[in-house]
Amino acid sequence: MKLTFTAADEAFRAEIAGWLQDNLCGEFEQLRFRGGPGDEHMFPAERKRWEQKLAEGGWTCVGWPREHGGRGCSIEQQVIFHEEYARAGAPGRVGHIGEGLAGPTLIAFASPEQQQKYLPGILAGTELWCQGYSEPGAGSDLANVRTRAVQDADGRWILNGQKVWTSLAHESDWCFVVARTDPESRGHKGLGFFLVSMHQPGVTVRPIEQLTGTSEFNEVFFDDAVAADIVGAPGDGWKIAMGLLGFERGVSTLGQQMQFQNELDQIVRIARENGAARDPALRQRIAEAHIGLRLMRYNAMRMLSQDSNNDAGPAALVYKLHWASWHRNLGALAMDVLGPEAEMVESAPYNLTRLQSLFLFTRSDTLYGGTNQIQRNIIAERGLGMPKEAKGNL
Amino acid sequence: MEFRFTDEQRMIRDTAAAFLQDVSDSAAVRKAMATELGYDPDLWQRICQELCFQAITVPEAYGGMGLGQVELGAVLEQMGKVLLCSPFFATVGLGVNALLLAGTEEQKARYLPAIVDGALTATLGWTGVEAARFGGQWGCEAIGLQWQACDEGYRLSGELRYVIDGHSADLLIVAARAPGTAGRDGVALFALSADTAGVRREWQPTLDQTRRQARLQFVDVLVPTSACMAGGEAAGQLLDDILALVKVALAAEQMGAAQQVLDMSVAYMQERVQFGRQIASYQALKHKAADMLLKCEVSRSAVYYAACIAEERVNPDGDAGLAAELAEAAAMAKAYCSDTLFHNAGSAIQLHGGVGFTWEYDVHLYFKRAKASELYLGAGAAQRELIASLLLD
Repeated sequence: MKLTFTAADEAFRAEIAGWLQDNLCGEFEQLRFRGGPGDEHMFPAERKRWEQKLAEGGWTCVGWPREHGGRGCSIEQQVIFHEEYARAGAPGRVGHIGEGLAGPTLIAFASPEQQQKYLPGILAGTELWCQGYSEPGAGSDLANVRTRAVQDADGRWILNGQKVWTSLAHESDWCFVVARTDPESRGHKGLGFFLVSMHQPGVTVRPIEQLTGTSEFNEVFFDDAVAADIVGAPGDGWKIAMGLLGFERGVSTLGQQMQFQNELDQIVRIARENGAARDPALRQRIAEAHIGLRLMRYNAMRMLSQDSNNDAGPAALVYKLHWASWHRNLGALAMDVLGPEAEMVESAPYNLTRLQSLFLFTRSDTLYGGTNQIQRNIIAERGLGMPKEAKGNL
Repeated sequence: MEFRFTDEQRMIRDTAAAFLQDVSDSAAVRKAMATELGYDPDLWQRICQELCFQAITVPEAYGGMGLGQVELGAVLEQMGKVLLCSPFFATVGLGVNALLLAGTEEQKARYLPAIVDGALTATLGWTGVEAARFGGQWGCEAIGLQWQACDEGYRLSGELRYVIDGHSADLLIVAARAPGTAGRDGVALFALSADTAGVRREWQPTLDQTRRQARLQFVDVLVPTSACMAGGEAAGQLLDDILALVKVALAAEQMGAAQQVLDMSVAYMQERVQFGRQIASYQALKHKAADMLLKCEVSRSAVYYAACIAEERVNPDGDAGLAAELAEAAAMAKAYCSDTLFHNAGSAIQLHGGVGFTWEYDVHLYFKRAKASELYLGAGAAQRELIASLLLD
C-alpha cells in the first residue's frame, strides 16, 4: 500500500494542469464550475464545444486503451486527471455517457467494424450518447423491459416502445437501448443491445418536468425506429447491460466526487461567511460531510486498485448507496447552512440557485441507478449471501 | 499509488487471522477476562516467540521486523475481530509508537530490543481526572502529571487514569507538564520502569472486561535526566502525533470487530427460523445487515488510508505532505470506525434477538468493547469537532 505518486505521474499532473490553465478561458470562462449534477441542463452547446476542445488536446477518453484512440492512462494518471480537472473548475462533461458507458461497452463487446464506426465520434466530442434502459414498467425491475425489437425483411431491427428517465436525450446523437428480441421471453432472457440514432422520424423525445422545474430527464418514444446496429447476438442484451454497470462504478466516479467537493467547498465558504460555522450542530454535520466525501474517495481508490488477490468487491457493492445517501444529506445541509436565505430563489418564475438545485436534485440520487432499497437488497444478497427476495407473479 | 495490500501484507494478515481464530476463541477470551492480569501470559509469549507481532514496527536495527503501520493495522484488525486479550495494543500501539516518534537513541536501544524479545511490555499514560470533564478530553489539556527539574533529574507527581494495561506494563511512558503551564506548553515525555519508587498502580475493573485500565499514583517519583524523551516546544506536538497513531491503531481494531459482529449476525440469521422461514430472508433484517456492511467497507477504506498516512509520518523517509495529514486522517478513521462498531454491535444484539441479550452469546462482549473504544481518545463527535476546526476556524 502506497499513496505517493511517481515523478512521471507528477509530470503528467503538471501537463494537464497547464493545459487547463491555457484553454479554460475566453469563451469557456463562463463554464467554470457549471454543468454538474442538478446543473446539467446549462450551456449544452458551449459544453459540447468544450468537449471538442478537450478532444483537440487529447484529453477525452484518457482511460481508453491506445489501440482504440484513447490516451491509455494508468489508473494513477486517471485519478490525477480528474483531480486537476475539478481543481480547475472545468465544467461537467456533456460527453460522459459516451466516454464512460457507451465507449467501454463497445470496446468490450462490439465488432471491430462497430468500434470503427462509433468510437471516433466519442473521442472527438462530436457525437453525444444517452442510455435507454428504464421504462415505465421497468424501473427497479430493470429486466421487465417491454420495448420490442423485430427484424424486418431487410434484416433491420425495428424498435417500438418507450424509455423513460433518459438524461441528455434531447442533446444526444445516439442512444444505446435494451429491447426485447424474443417476444415470448420474460425477465433478463431474450433481450438485445441496440445502437439507435436519435435523428430519425421514429424517435420522439419529450422532456419530463421534474420537481426542480427543469428537465434533465426525458421520455423517449420509439415508433418503428430503426436500430443502426445490434451489439453481440440477440439475447446478449442483459449480459452487455450488466457489464456496462460495472464500468459505471469505475473511474468516472472520481470526476463525480470532484464535483461533490466543489459543492462542499461552497457550503463551507457560506458557513464561514454567515456564521453557521459557529453553530455546534452544523459544525458536526459539515465535518461529517467532509469525512463522508474523503472516505468515498478512499473507497473508490480501493476499488480502482483492486487486483485478483485483493477483493474490493464489497467496496464496489456499497458504493452507490454510500454516495447517493451522502449527496442527499449534503443538499439538506446546504439549505440548513443558508438558513432563511435558502428560501430565496434566484429569479421568478422559479429559477433556482445552484444549492437549491442541489437540494432538490439529490432526491433523485437515491432513486436512479437502483434505489437505496434495491441497493440494500443487492448488498445483502450478493455481499452477505442472504436469501433472495421472492418474485411475485403479477 | 497502490491502495491495496501487497502479497507480503496479505500473508501477514492471513497468518494473524488463522492463528488468532485458533487461540482466541470465546472460551479463551472469557478465561482471560476473568483474571486480574487480563490476559494469558503463555499466549502472549507464543505471540512474541512464534508470530513476532510485537516486532512488526520495530526497525531492524533494534532487532525488529522493520515493517510499518500498514502491517500493524492488518494485524490489529484481526485482533479486534477476536477481541484478543493481550498487552499487544498497549505495548505496540501505545508504547512502541511513542518510542518510535519521541524516544532518544539511547531509549530506543534500551527498550525496543527488550520488547522484541517478549521480555518487556509497555503502555502510555497521560490522562488525569481532567480527561473525564466536558464529555471527555484526551489531548494535552488532560495531562495528569507534573514534572519539576531537580538535582537527580526530574520529579514526577500526580495521578494518571484510564491507563490501558497500566497495572501490568513493565515500561511506563508518561506525559507530564510543568507547573503553571497550559495547552502544549511545558509538556514533557518520560520513559520509566513501572517499579520505580513512588509509583503506585491499581487495576480498575471496567465495563469492557476484555481490556484492562489502571489508575497510577505518582508520589515524588524521581527519574534520571536520561528518562526524558522529549521536552520543550516539540513535546506537545509529539504527544498529539503519538495519540493520532493510537487512534489509527484503535480504528483498525474497531473495523475488525465491526466486521466480526456482522458475520456473527448473518450466520445466526441463516440458522434461526421463525414463521417457517430463515429470518435472514426478511427484508427488514437484510437491509439492516446491508447498512452494517456499508459501514464496514467504508471503515476499511478509512483505516487503510489512515495507516498509509501514519506510515508516512513514522518512516524517516516518508512524504512530508502526506505526513501532515496525520491528525485529520486519524480523526476521520477514529470517528467513522467508532460510530460503525457501536452501530454494528448494537444492531447485532437486535438481530440476534433474545439470545443477543444473554451472557452466554458473545455479542455483548463486542457491544461493551464498542463503547469503551469509542470513548477512549474521544468519541465521533470529538473527532468531528477536530475536523470542523481544521475546516472552519
